[in-house]
Formats: sequence, structure tokens, C-alpha cells
Amino acid sequence: MLDGVLLGLGTVLTLNNLMLVLAGCAVGTLIGMLPGLGPISAIALMIPVTYGFEPVSGMILLAGVYYGAIFGGSTSSILINAPGVAGTVATAFDGYPLAKQGSAGKALAIAAYSSFAGGTLAAILLILLAPYLASLSLGFQSADYFMLMVLGLSLVSAFSAQGEYLKALMMTFFGLMLSTVGTDLSAGVQRFTFGRMDLIDGISFLLLAMATFALSEALMMILKPAAADVSPIPTTSSLKLSKGEVREITPVISRSSLLGFLVGTLPGAGATIASFLAYGMERNIAIDKKRTKFGHGSIRGLAAPESANNAACTGSFVPLLTLGIPGSGTTAVLLGALIAYGIQPGPRLFVDEPEIFWAVIVSMYVGNVFLLILNLPLIPYIARLLVIPKPYLIPIIMFFSIMGVYLVSFNTFDIQMMLLIATIALFLRLLEFPLAPLLLGFILGGMLEDNLRRAIILADGQLDFLWQRPVTVILILLTLVVLFSPVFKCIIRRFHSRYRS
Amino acid sequence: MNDIKESPVRMRNLLYLLVAAMVCFSSDAEIMTKTHFLIPAGPGGGWDGTARGVGEALVKSNLVLNVTFENLSGGGGGRAIAKLIETADRQQNTLLINSTPMVVRSLQKIFPQSFRDLEPIASVIADYSCFVVTRDSPIKNFSDAIKQFRQDPRSLKAAGGSVRGSTDHFILARAIELAGENPRKLIYVPYDGGGKALAGILTGETQILSTGLSEALDMARAGEVNIIAVTASERIPEAIDIPTLSEQGFDLVFANWRGFFAAPGLPASQYRLMKQTIAALVLTPEFEQVRQRNGWALLHNEGDAFYRFLEQQELEIATLMRKLGFLRS
Repeated sequence: MLDGVLLGLGTVLTLNNLMLVLAGCAVGTLIGMLPGLGPISAIALMIPVTYGFEPVSGMILLAGVYYGAIFGGSTSSILINAPGVAGTVATAFDGYPLAKQGSAGKALAIAAYSSFAGGTLAAILLILLAPYLASLSLGFQSADYFMLMVLGLSLVSAFSAQGEYLKALMMTFFGLMLSTVGTDLSAGVQRFTFGRMDLIDGISFLLLAMATFALSEALMMILKPAAADVSPIPTTSSLKLSKGEVREITPVISRSSLLGFLVGTLPGAGATIASFLAYGMERNIAIDKKRTKFGHGSIRGLAAPESANNAACTGSFVPLLTLGIPGSGTTAVLLGALIAYGIQPGPRLFVDEPEIFWAVIVSMYVGNVFLLILNLPLIPYIARLLVIPKPYLIPIIMFFSIMGVYLVSFNTFDIQMMLLIATIALFLRLLEFPLAPLLLGFILGGMLEDNLRRAIILADGQLDFLWQRPVTVILILLTLVVLFSPVFKCIIRRFHSRYRS
Repeated sequence: MNDIKESPVRMRNLLYLLVAAMVCFSSDAEIMTKTHFLIPAGPGGGWDGTARGVGEALVKSNLVLNVTFENLSGGGGGRAIAKLIETADRQQNTLLINSTPMVVRSLQKIFPQSFRDLEPIASVIADYSCFVVTRDSPIKNFSDAIKQFRQDPRSLKAAGGSVRGSTDHFILARAIELAGENPRKLIYVPYDGGGKALAGILTGETQILSTGLSEALDMARAGEVNIIAVTASERIPEAIDIPTLSEQGFDLVFANWRGFFAAPGLPASQYRLMKQTIAALVLTPEFEQVRQRNGWALLHNEGDAFYRFLEQQELEIATLMRKLGFLRS
């Protein structure tokens, strides 16, 4: 094991490769910061550059780009509430409020530390357990994925403020409804497309996220300038975390990394589900005083999704390297790159060509390390973006969010739809409807439906798949616990006070 | 992609070294200086892999100085076709990648255009369909699969990486029909992509996977699955152990071509240059290498021959889909 890692380190750590990982991180971060260009596009952009490189050099450049793009994505989520990829949506929940309160530097630093720690813990787990975890990733069937999505949705209570459960529920259903637009996978039938080709593939995640988060936030700033303008400028660039804060997020990071890694190893789940689950779990287990801070700039609420997101990305290498199954778009692109370098992932890779197996893992990890080294000194400069006066910042946000959507689809219809959704979102904001559940329902809705339909087809139209497998049953029980935990807590509290009196 | 040009100067400086390395490889004259690949789907799929593989071979063999890629998904590929037609005058160097689903989808009226609205340049490869089972499955050949289906159609659930009515679905349905069974009894379970469909047979929730050979070969090389039949007319040199469906007594040959189209109304000289470039490409060792790596069989039809091939395939598919009830008229 250790000699494997050393073997990998020996192959990876040359001056040439270190230059490449540096270049990769820088390019990745810049690409990732543009809304709409996530890790998939960043890697796809860079693959042609790596043709003709040694496989290890190519991988290490891509690793830099990969982690850079993830970090860049968190940056735009935190600074301007513009989550460019689904995996960083949960980052915006608490990262953006933190930045608005004037702690942008701190928020970015927490994101960088959490990502790094998540990546590191997951890499250790990967090194120790990869060959054994393959069976875990095949332990989940469609019915289990369906229940996993339901569990994710039941965490919706995590996103509703005190007493606004009903509003959160309504927004979740609105999100679920939006996710049904487009071609239905099971029947191949078009739904709610009104005969328009632009709607055949459904509403894109990016469009909805930019419209409901970034664009409507920018519009809010115009409508209520006083409310938005609270940031005391001087603290924006401070990176310092107090000892108490470090102590507070350390357990959060460990838990979220483990959860993220495990969810990441499932080929049908991935980083987005992992970040939502981690965020919801942390909120549900936090004590009351800390819980009310979630959604209003809680450092736990930022650390949890960030570490889970990165750990899940590393976890997705388990099915990729041991079974040759790409679980996400990003790993599919990486699989293409590996095959282009003549590396064939699969159970035999570990046995037949250990030096390549380890070199891939080590080079992915080196990307993670370099990103931290490279980005910490840059954070104060990046955070200064928020010092730009509002009259300039608002058009910049609008420009980037609209351009981001346009550059992905090159479709003016998308811009019109985006403006419409942003207007609706603005009214919903004014009526104090939370928008996070909308996005949650939308993201999980598609996967929820596909897995449910598959489970029903597989069970010959019966619903007995719900209690036929232990994994499904455990997930159902977990969901029930999450749903009824407020009731339990209430009962326990009453019991306590009666006992005391 | 174009986006690099619009990024800040600093990024360009950082990229400079890498780009310089690329430029060094290629300095010949009288070739296409630039080819832009329009890929009607997101990164990571079959179209994307083919376009990028062809791009790689074009650059490595010095046939083209510089290749760029653009992923434009939407409308089942219809958006990219529409864009190529709308902006034809600005797309002189663009090659749109497409494949059999283009024929299927214009038959299903998912998009209004067909190959007739574009300038077919050439098909380059064929990816045959194939059927896959897990290594420890009791099914060893296609007759076993039919036997199991005959006993209970529900005991042979089929996974596929695309929606109901897609190529993955109707090829298996057709094979079952050829065996004298009712293809409408086939239970087809759609997954979002070949990777997840593979996970579907590995978890044991489905028993047979219908997918493209190139994707399946990667999986078979990984050692977890067996390919029991391929829809080629004879065994493929790159995968000589895999029996064809016709040698097992089921006369079904089906090539899922992948090829390139240019914008309509292209100047004749540019059209010739593109055809020549592709014709030169398919003979290079670099392309041979990309093909072998991916298990793609060569299928080079150019210009008018390609057009006739498409017409022929459209007729075959339409007949088949009508028989299976996937097309109404």
C-alpha cells in the first residue's frame, strides 16, 4: 500500500509535472469562476492540450483543472450567489450570506480549507479502501436511489425558516413540477414543451440557478438598496479563523467528508446529492442556537457542503477506476481522457499496472494540495470583487449570469425564459418564499422520477420494491426519522419539563 | 472553444506555453488550418468521444493545424442542426458530428430537419450494437437469452442508455422478433447514459444490456461483463472473439454510423477540401490507433454515397419502427 503511494509520488513529482499542475489549477480556477463553465467543460477544454503528453503529465494537468474548476465554482457561489454547477448550490446557502456580512475572505478561506480537507480525507479512504468499495457502489439499485432522493427532499425542512414550512414545501413542489418539463425518459414522450424545440431537453439547471439565485438577487439589490448594502468593507479580505471557529468546523468537515465520500462512490448519486445531504444532516444535528444561523451565514453550513462536494468527487473515482463505470459527466470525460492515454480502468488496473493506478490517484491528490497553496494568497484579491460599488457590481453580476447561460446554449430563448423566471423569483422573494427548496426540488426531481419509474418497471408495476431490500428499508426509516424529528423533539422537551416540575 | 479567446489576458499568458507546444507539431502548408467541431450533446458521450478522437487524429497526423470543439446540446441534437443551418455563412470550417439517432429522431419528428437539410461530408466509423450480460450470468449466447425470454419475458429485463424507442431499445426488440417472439413483451428499462445502464446490470436489477459496441468493449475489457452478440455482418478484427448475431442464426445487421456534416450551401472548393481531409484521415495510422482504442469499425462513405446510405437506412429504420409500434404513420 505505502510503497504503492510512494511509487505514485515518484512518478508524479517532477519539476515538469509541478509546472503543469500549477498551470492547471490557475486555468481551472479562472474557467470555473465563470458561471456556466464547470469542471466538465474545463476538463473537456483542456484535454486536447494534453494530447502528446505522458499519461501522468496529462492526468496531473487535468487534476489541477478539475479541482481548480470546483474551487472556482464555489467562489462565484460565495461572492455573487451564482452557483454555476449543481454541486455548489448548497455552498451559496451560507457562503453568500457570510460574504454579504463582510466576511467574504473568511468564507472563501473556509471553502478552500473544507475542500482541501474533504479531498484529503477522501483520498486517504480511496487509497485504503478502493478495491473493497467496488461492491458498495453496486449495492444500490434504482429503488434505493429513489429513496435516497426522497431522503434528500425530506431534508427540505433544513431549508425553511422558522414557521415557514408550508412555503418551503410549496417551493419544493414548484421545483418538482419544473423538473418534469422535457422528454420523459421512460416513455420518450414530450411533456409541457408546448411544441417548442427549446424545451425538449427540459429547463437547464444553470438557467434556473442563475435566474433564481444570481439574477433575482441582483434585482433585489436594486429594489432594496439599503438592505443589501451592509458590508463593512475593511474586513472583506481578512482570512483569519478564530480557534473557536476551527474547533467548530473540524467535526463538521470530518462527518461531511465521510458522508460525501460514500455517496460519491455510488454511480447514480454524485456530488450534488452529497452536498445537500451533508448540509441537511449538519443542520438537523446542530443544537438549536447554531441551527437558526443556518441560511444566515453559518460557517458549519458552508463547511459541510464544501467538504462533502469535494469528497464525493474523489469518491466517484472508486467506480471509475475499479469498475470502469463513469458515474457523473466529469468522470465520463476523465474516462475518455484515461482511455486516450491508453489506460484502461477496471478491476485489473490495480493488479496489472499498479504504478498507473497509484499515479492517477496521487496526481489527483497533488491537484488538491496545489490548489490550496495557490489560492490562499489569492483570496484577498478575489474577495475584493465585492468592494466594487453596487452601481457597478450589479450590472457585472447580471452580465456574467446572462452570458453564462447564453454561452452554454447559444439560445436567445433561454435568455427570455431566464428573465421570466428571474421576475417570478423576484416576486417570490418579496413575498418571502425561500428559493433554495425550489432548486432542491428541481435538481432532485429529475433523478427522483427516473429512478422511481425504473423501480416500478423493474417490479412489474408493483410497489413492493419499497420493502424488498434492506438498503431501501433503511433509507425509508432514515427519511421517517428526519421527517418526524421535530415532533419527537417536541415530545421529549415536554416530557422533560413535566419531569422537572 | 471560443471562450478561451474572451478570457483575461493573464490566462492567455498562462496558456501560452501549452499552446506553443501544440503549434510546434504542425507546420505543413496546404491543409485545413482550422476545423471546428460542433457536437450536438454535452461532453462525455458517443458524439463527443468521436469528434474529439477524430480531432486528435487530425492534429496528430498534421492534416489540420488547429481543432476546436463546441458542445451544443438541446432538442435531441436538433438545436445544433438548427444553429448550423441558421449561421451557415459563418460556419465554413465547421463539421457537425452525428449518427443514426439523427435518422431516428427526424422520423419521430423530434426535430423538423433531416440529413437532407445539411451537406453530408462522410461517415467515418460504425459502432455496431451489441448485447451484454454480466460475467457470471447463465446467459452465454443470444439463444440462451431467447430461451429465458420465452420462459418468462419478465425474467429478461433489458437495460439501455437512452429513452424508450431509441436505437438501444429497438435493436433488441428486433432481434427478439427475429427469434419468433413478441417484441412488445420486452421490458426495457431506460437509464441516463451507458455508464449507469452498465451499473444497472452489475447490480443485478436488469439481466441484459443493449448498447454500442465501443462503450461495451471498455466495460468488457474491465473484465466485469461478457458481450454475447454484435450486429456486424462479420466478426470485427479488433474484437475477434465476439460472435455476430447472424452467425448465431438471427439475421440482423445494423451499423450505427457516425459521420460529419457541413453547413448547407458550402462553396464547392471547401466541400472538396473537407471530403479530401476526411478521406486522408481514415488512412492515417493515427486514426487507426484511435479506432482500435475505441473498438470503432471503419465505415467510410463520402458525399453522394453517404447520402444514399442515409436514405437506405432511413427506409429500413422506418419500416422497423412501424412494425414495432414506435411510429404511428
